[in-house]
Amino acid sequence: MHIQIDEIAKDFGTTTALHPVSLSIPSGALVALLGPSGSGKTTLLRILGGLEFPTSGRVLFNSQDATGLSVQARRAGFVFQSYALFRHMTVFENIAYGLRARPRASRPPKAEIDRRVLKLLDLIQLPQIADRYPTQLSGGQRQRVALARALAIEPRMLLLDEPFGALDAKVRKGLRQGLRDIHDETGLTSVFVTHDQDEAMELADLVVVMSMGRIEQIGKPQDIRAKPATEFVRDFIGA
Amino acid sequence: MSDATLHKPATPARFRSATQESPAARWTLIAIAVGGLALLVGAPLVIVFVEALSRGWAAAVAGLASRDAQAAIRLTLLITAIAVPLNAVVGIAAAWFITKFDFRGKAFLITLIDLPFSISPVVAGLCIVLLFGANSALGGWLVASGYPIVFAVPGIVLATVFVTFPFVARELIPVMIEQGRTEEEAALTLGATGWRVFRTVTLPNIRWALLYGTLLCTARAMGEFGAVAVVSGKIRGQTATMPITIEMFYNEYLSVAAFSMAALLTGFALLTLLLKTALELRHADALSATRRH
Repeated sequence: MHIQIDEIAKDFGTTTALHPVSLSIPSGALVALLGPSGSGKTTLLRILGGLEFPTSGRVLFNSQDATGLSVQARRAGFVFQSYALFRHMTVFENIAYGLRARPRASRPPKAEIDRRVLKLLDLIQLPQIADRYPTQLSGGQRQRVALARALAIEPRMLLLDEPFGALDAKVRKGLRQGLRDIHDETGLTSVFVTHDQDEAMELADLVVVMSMGRIEQIGKPQDIRAKPATEFVRDFIGA
Repeated sequence: MSDATLHKPATPARFRSATQESPAARWTLIAIAVGGLALLVGAPLVIVFVEALSRGWAAAVAGLASRDAQAAIRLTLLITAIAVPLNAVVGIAAAWFITKFDFRGKAFLITLIDLPFSISPVVAGLCIVLLFGANSALGGWLVASGYPIVFAVPGIVLATVFVTFPFVARELIPVMIEQGRTEEEAALTLGATGWRVFRTVTLPNIRWALLYGTLLCTARAMGEFGAVAVVSGKIRGQTATMPITIEMFYNEYLSVAAFSMAALLTGFALLTLLLKTALELRHADALSATRRH
């Protein structure tokens, strides 16, 4: 799905989190929002997911205005920074949550839900952990369960907030490829937030460098490396 | 593992770990804790039952069988059955409001919730009398319309609700602050409606705090004396709750009846504690699974 961000701005009280920013995300792309903390990247992601609403500007999904669309109606698969798995539910119940939450008319039958959950557990290569609770999982496993849970709702896009932020360096490298593979397999338009320029450069088709609530540069990783648009970008990516 | 134990040098007995007290200090502390508990909690508990049964089971049961005693027991159970669910619902709503939203005056609202703890119950009772009594405009109208509040059951409910209000909210607020909003947000992104999020995510996460708060609230609601004494008018057989009836019996030198009623009230309180312990044991798995690292 093509995502168009049109002059989106966001204030929290007297502080401005986002100055009007515009961005076009082609269908099927894997996009990184890269920047230091306080750059507005998470705010932008949450606006896309419908968890925050912009002070001004519009969001378009496939050229349709989606600015006022409720969080439920957006069908955005959202992976939270700390994964936000439901603590009192097993991995299976976590992944099945979105399907079971559907209104009766569009809810798949129980056998179909079971089948889809098991298929997703295969996709994240953790078929044996269905009955465990989140606290019994490692950080990397939790991240993959959160991804499976987000994919279970057959989302129109995938939004990930620092998906590797809570992991140690070694696990992080392995899961990067995992995310790339899942993105390529599902073909979902995906946006992830990161402060790690290596991660953004290695993983993304398109990198959006942000600072102080503004977009500094949009481009392919190699272009940004070769031609940093501003002093900030040059400094931040260490080119 | 066994290797490690084999090679571990034997600790000489005269070295103590840094956090361990000397034997003398340890025994003193244990003696203070056990002695204090026995004297302040254990002894009164035992004496209530000893006094109740001082003339045998038959006398104790007879003390509870009188018309006034039966009415008091029914009234206390009725008041508790109204006040506790009411406080649970309002407590959840207040805790939800305070923890999930940011607004001005939040600290003030939290202080307001604590107010019933710091105000004397007698003063609370007096406020209700002043507000709803026959001498106030509102109270006069209510009495004229046939719905008296003061010296009637509604007044006792109001007083009990006021006094026990903080229990549920106070238990829930720290738990809900600690848990934050992200699990709820996750459920919303997965398509769940607000009510479903509350039912399937919020409520299960707070259920132990809710249970604990509700049980404390129940125990306190059954035992409330001061505020109820003021608003109830202590009408025998009509507005006299168990604690008030205990006082009446005691003042009339009906000591067996007073203490058997006291023993029954204590029994109710012990029952709530037992229930809590049983639930905790039964759900130990879920309890440890939902606990954070």
